[in-house]
Amino acid sequence: MEIGEIQSHKGVIGTMVVNAEGIPIRTTLDNSTTVQYAGLLHHLTMKAKSTVRDIDPQNDLTFLRIRSKKHEIMVAPDKEYLLIVIQNPCE
Amino acid sequence: MAPKLKKKSSRRKKSPKPILAASEDMEPVNMESMGHPEIYPLVLTTKTQEIFNCRIDEDITDEQPYKLINKEDIFEDLRNRAAVSDFHPVKKIVQEYPGNELLLVYDKDFKYGLNFYLIGTEEGKENYLNPPEVSEEQEEYKEYIPEDVYIYKPPVSKPWVSLGSEKEIEEESVTESTKQITYMISRKRSEFGAPIKFSDQNASSVKDAYIECTAYPDKNFTLKQLEKDVGMQVIPQIKDISTQTKWTYPKNATTQYYPREFSEEEKETLKQSKPLVDFLNNASISVEIALQQNEITNTFIDDWKHLAEEEGTFGDKTDTHLKEYQSFTDLHSPTEKMITCVSWHPTIYGLIAVSVAVRLSFEDRVHFSGKLLLQPSLILFWSFSDPIHPQLMLESPDDIFCFKFCPSDPNIIAGGCINGQIVMWDITAHADRIENIKGGGSRSKKATLKPMFLLEPESNKEAMYIRHCAVSSIENGHKRVITDIHWLSDTFEINRMGSVFENRSGICCQLVTCSADCTICFWDIRPQKPLTPQTTEKKKEESIEIPFDVPSTFLHLDLSWKPLTKLKLSKGETSLDHCPTKISLNEDHLLCKTQDKMLAQSKTAKAEEMNPYHNLESGVANLLKPIDDFCTKFFVGTEEGEVIYTDWKMERDPETGRFMPKKPVNLHTIHDGIVHTIQRSPFYDDIILTVGGWNVAIWKESVMTGPLLQSCCAPKRYTSGHWSLTRPGVFYIGREDGYIDIWDLLEKTHEPAQSQNICITMITCIKPWIFSPKQQFIAIADYYGTLHILEIPWTLSRPSANEMTSINHYFEREVKHLEYVEQRKKIREQEKKEMEQEMAKKKVKIYQKSKEQMEAELKMDYESYLELEKTVLINLGLIKVTEKGSYLDVM
Repeated sequence: MEIGEIQSHKGVIGTMVVNAEGIPIRTTLDNSTTVQYAGLLHHLTMKAKSTVRDIDPQNDLTFLRIRSKKHEIMVAPDKEYLLIVIQNPCE
Repeated sequence: MAPKLKKKSSRRKKSPKPILAASEDMEPVNMESMGHPEIYPLVLTTKTQEIFNCRIDEDITDEQPYKLINKEDIFEDLRNRAAVSDFHPVKKIVQEYPGNELLLVYDKDFKYGLNFYLIGTEEGKENYLNPPEVSEEQEEYKEYIPEDVYIYKPPVSKPWVSLGSEKEIEEESVTESTKQITYMISRKRSEFGAPIKFSDQNASSVKDAYIECTAYPDKNFTLKQLEKDVGMQVIPQIKDISTQTKWTYPKNATTQYYPREFSEEEKETLKQSKPLVDFLNNASISVEIALQQNEITNTFIDDWKHLAEEEGTFGDKTDTHLKEYQSFTDLHSPTEKMITCVSWHPTIYGLIAVSVAVRLSFEDRVHFSGKLLLQPSLILFWSFSDPIHPQLMLESPDDIFCFKFCPSDPNIIAGGCINGQIVMWDITAHADRIENIKGGGSRSKKATLKPMFLLEPESNKEAMYIRHCAVSSIENGHKRVITDIHWLSDTFEINRMGSVFENRSGICCQLVTCSADCTICFWDIRPQKPLTPQTTEKKKEESIEIPFDVPSTFLHLDLSWKPLTKLKLSKGETSLDHCPTKISLNEDHLLCKTQDKMLAQSKTAKAEEMNPYHNLESGVANLLKPIDDFCTKFFVGTEEGEVIYTDWKMERDPETGRFMPKKPVNLHTIHDGIVHTIQRSPFYDDIILTVGGWNVAIWKESVMTGPLLQSCCAPKRYTSGHWSLTRPGVFYIGREDGYIDIWDLLEKTHEPAQSQNICITMITCIKPWIFSPKQQFIAIADYYGTLHILEIPWTLSRPSANEMTSINHYFEREVKHLEYVEQRKKIREQEKKEMEQEMAKKKVKIYQKSKEQMEAELKMDYESYLELEKTVLINLGLIKVTEKGSYLDVM
């Protein structure tokens, strides 16, 4: 599966696949962390998507990257699923 | 000039008539308006002036601005020149003039309009020529009167000319327009003066008491609005409702939720579903791009920020010298002392303890031993607030050469004596005395103002002499001077065999000492289970009188303290043993890391209010868990300049069956003199600094081949050294000429970065200490007994941004260098071997010549050699020719 390939990238801390309601399907992290990330990021992605569409109804969210001091969270949304990857970009 | 116009018009009217006749009708102009009716202004032309000899400035001057002119002359002029004559205008006056001579005055200032004027009356003439006496008299009296004397003329009344002001006055004035009404009110006389009664009454009750003017809407003044502009908006229906909850009583309620999750089967089914697979295929492309972007470069990095060093330096960056802060000397000691060991108090700011010893060589000590017995050997406690008087003085039976504060309780001090005894002090009773030193102390100010020679040594009794609480047993301990003493960390303890167990008591209870009698001893301060019957010991205790002010903390140890284990550092059966001078254990740098300090403090706080050191017996009986994987190896520096890496764990000697100390793992002779400093870096567990003789070496624990860095020989001997506590690449070395060399590995590795003179004599001890992030001090003790406290400047105390990693890299490079050298050595050896083999092969080839030939050749060589030898000896004159035979026999 491609998840393994993503996980083996340099600096990737964790990968997870979440369904449209925020329930994790597949993950490489422990359960509690996964559940927390899934719940929070699901809401944020929905908000971001609605923001983009409010501004321009013909536009849509394709990718969401949140960069923090310690690492970067990348969310690839879809109609039914969400792919979340957490990476530590600094060397 | 209306009259003139009149003149002209009149002239024109009567132009056909002769001019003389016309002029008769004319009225001459006179200055009546100016109050001088007799004055007739005239214009006289120069011709006229010449005729009448009244030329300006020649005949008529300022003194005499007038001229009397005959009437006849004027008439003649008039007849001659008729209208042209200047006297024409005043002809009539001249004719009417009663007198004979007319006065013509020059009007210099044009007072009357023209340059001359004629006075037309006799009186005027008289007045002019003879001004009235009054004015003359006035002139006589008032000589300073200005020239133009104003002759007062009383105002002449003139008829009033109305200018319209009476109308204004009429308007403003108040006149009675109507006749005034008068009322006469009368009353009976008897009623006058009676008290007046006022009462109220409604105005409407009395008829006609008032006149009302009611308001009424007047149609003339009403406005009718015909148009109105109104805005409307549709809103949903709003309803205002309020509620109030009833709060009866508080009730604890909790909710717990758990996230929705899929079960395993659901997950499996979902995994296989096509939409998920498609989604993953699509999404992973963009995710990969994003991941790679991050890997390539960090776009959010601020290059400027990373380039700069830390901002906000405190103090001058260029100042790299240690600044003298204070120095302490014991001025009351009779003999010359030197400082042997320095230690900062671990918790109290500004308190430093110094052990002093008499500055005598061994022979002198023996010689003066009687005198030395009378003087107490001391550890002095100095405080920043009082540079003259030490705060505390700890007494010991003999000179102390090294001492340490107990890390878990700073009131316990262990010191090593010159005679091989360990001395213990407990200053808990005086702890509050030294803690409150900042406030000036209990010393009165008077004492400090007295000059030094007046101060008697007895007054120092205020500074307490604290007797030691325990000394170790003389027979069983060390036989020679104890050169180094350390407290073992409170995380482990060891038993007789050297095996390591965990330490449940939470305090440091074991010591390790090394001494010049070539042994390293481990001591335990807890009471040992007695192996011998107790009666003899009890007797001993009873016979010893214990002074009342000595705490009984270590009473069980006094004079009967035996070491737990003894390790002999032997080089072998035949040669001398190693004489250890300093040891460095694995956990020694606990003191430098502040985090661990906190842990230690918290541990002591957690223990009961009673000092655990007073309850030492409780810790002995516990069954302890052994710690595995504990590194029992440590470094030892010796008197000969060797650095030994050895193990304290005993092993069973297979031959004798006894427990024997292990042989040293490693031994290096690097230094040319006594190794007096072995110290682990406060930043790295396995980097050790050794200073001895004339050079410095840095070692890594796991690297056995040699030191990472070995400095070249310095011009002066190095006598002490210490790592910097905050900068990983800096260490301080003291020299025997009083200079301190500051090495900075980031700057230079072949020589010190800077050198500074501190004192004139040998530096015996260096100890830096951190007080605050901005203030760091270094205590330097010298051979003459003075302790110098210097302040470390900002540049030496503050590490640069990547210093730790840079130094790490440096050490790694050095390790690699050493490995490379090793490899090269091996390669070289191999090469050497190969070369030798080739040589051997060559030799073999040569050897393949026939045996007889070889023998013949050999014989020939030998004979030629004999002859050579003979000639040489004969030349030297050592033998005679006949002795050749005996020589051959010898060979």
